Amino acid sequence: MKVLKDLYYTKDHEWLRVEGDEAYIGLTDFAQDSLGDIVYVELPEVDDEFSKEDAFAAVESVKAASDVFMPVDGKIVEVNEALLDEPNLLNEDPYENWIAKIEIADKSQLDELLTAEEYEKLLDEEV
Amino acid sequence: MAKKTPLYDEHVKLGGKIVDYAGWFLPVQYEGLIPEHEAVRNAAGIFDVSHMGVVMVKGKDALPYLQYLFTNDLSKAEVNQVMYTMMCYPDGGVVDDLLAYKFSDDEYLLVINAANTDKDIKWMIDNKKDFNIIIENISDQTSIMAVQGPSAEKILQQLTDFDLSSLKPNTFERNVTFAGKECLISRTGYTGEDGFEVYAKAEDTVEIWNKILEAGKEYGLKPAGLGARDTLRFEASMPLYGNEISEDINPLEAGLKFFVKLDKAEDFIGKEALNKQWNEGLKRKLVGFELLGRGIPRDGYEVQKDGKKIGHVTTGYMSPTLKKSIGNALIDIKEAELGNEIDIMIRNKPVKAKIIDRRFLRNR
Repeated sequence: MKVLKDLYYTKDHEWLRVEGDEAYIGLTDFAQDSLGDIVYVELPEVDDEFSKEDAFAAVESVKAASDVFMPVDGKIVEVNEALLDEPNLLNEDPYENWIAKIEIADKSQLDELLTAEEYEKLLDEEV
Repeated sequence: MAKKTPLYDEHVKLGGKIVDYAGWFLPVQYEGLIPEHEAVRNAAGIFDVSHMGVVMVKGKDALPYLQYLFTNDLSKAEVNQVMYTMMCYPDGGVVDDLLAYKFSDDEYLLVINAANTDKDIKWMIDNKKDFNIIIENISDQTSIMAVQGPSAEKILQQLTDFDLSSLKPNTFERNVTFAGKECLISRTGYTGEDGFEVYAKAEDTVEIWNKILEAGKEYGLKPAGLGARDTLRFEASMPLYGNEISEDINPLEAGLKFFVKLDKAEDFIGKEALNKQWNEGLKRKLVGFELLGRGIPRDGYEVQKDGKKIGHVTTGYMSPTLKKSIGNALIDIKEAELGNEIDIMIRNKPVKAKIIDRRFLRNR
């Protein structure tokens, strides 16, 4: 499974790419592979605010629905609308195709997330 | 610890994603649910369904005994015919749905749901009364491979001298030499496509499976997992025990009255309650629906009308064949009219849906 350096990760298999006070959120390669062909994505609204670990989006394969959780507190500033028509972009390149861009409420929460090395270790344990 | 079918190692070799289903380690998919589903609709797929329970009922009272247990009229079945039926509780709730293969008036093979095997056998023993029969669980010695799809006959014919085209739907032949082994072959399935089920001895299974895969190569045969098995049976409006029928959902509510012979001469368990319900009028009905808004309905989701709960979704999918979000729902019969608009509660938000004919593939 591909794990990119320089991203933050969660135990629920989201990634976070920080750019200043903002960040892109997506699903990891492991998550898309576990779900299988993704056929539907539900996105939040711009300006919606969420706390860390809130379900802010949902991705669904034929078989099952799965929530996507906020890695940190924040406000949605942009959503990737391309996923509405082409949900399988998340299968094709899970790191290029982000789900939402957020404004991070409290950057100190980033310290609670997993580094790439820590996330790789978690995957080793799951397999 | 879940059990393994004789084909477990083959599933792993083929890249199957193994899950614990009804106490069995089985592949939910290999290459992917959608390509496997499409292979069955357009070419052929092969499924390991060895987890199913297989029970023999033998003895001079076999027919009257099964007539007492079953909702369908087994006296109408001929030798070498397969009949779909249910067993019910006295209140009309369903113990299980099953296939009965008639070997003779005093010998039947029953195929029951894996998750229900222990419960069913206990039920059969508890209701044995003075009937002169024996019940034999041969699940462990028997494996079943389902080959389904428009190319199924051409693929399997390469492996036997027995003329498969002579098998009518819902009939079977015993002692067929197939892939060099002795098998029972029936023209049956759970996908809505033409197809066959091959019953083999456990020790012959791996060899037969691989010979079928080889014979199917040029026809686009794919191994298919539990995921595709469910989407296929759902699109073909076939019920799944635990979803469309259960202890709490009787066959009349599920639209399966054809398989409940209320006018059968013999008494059967559940007859009185089902008859009463039918005469008084049903309160709930299983309907098909198509989502008008965005989302995918899933089993268990609440169904509302004007903000009031009227039922629940029993199965729902983004249909791989129709590319639409469709589902089955068990709802208040007053709201069950075709064309009626209902709300499916998806993550606590109502999404509009319209009631449509449950024979989804008719609109293919």
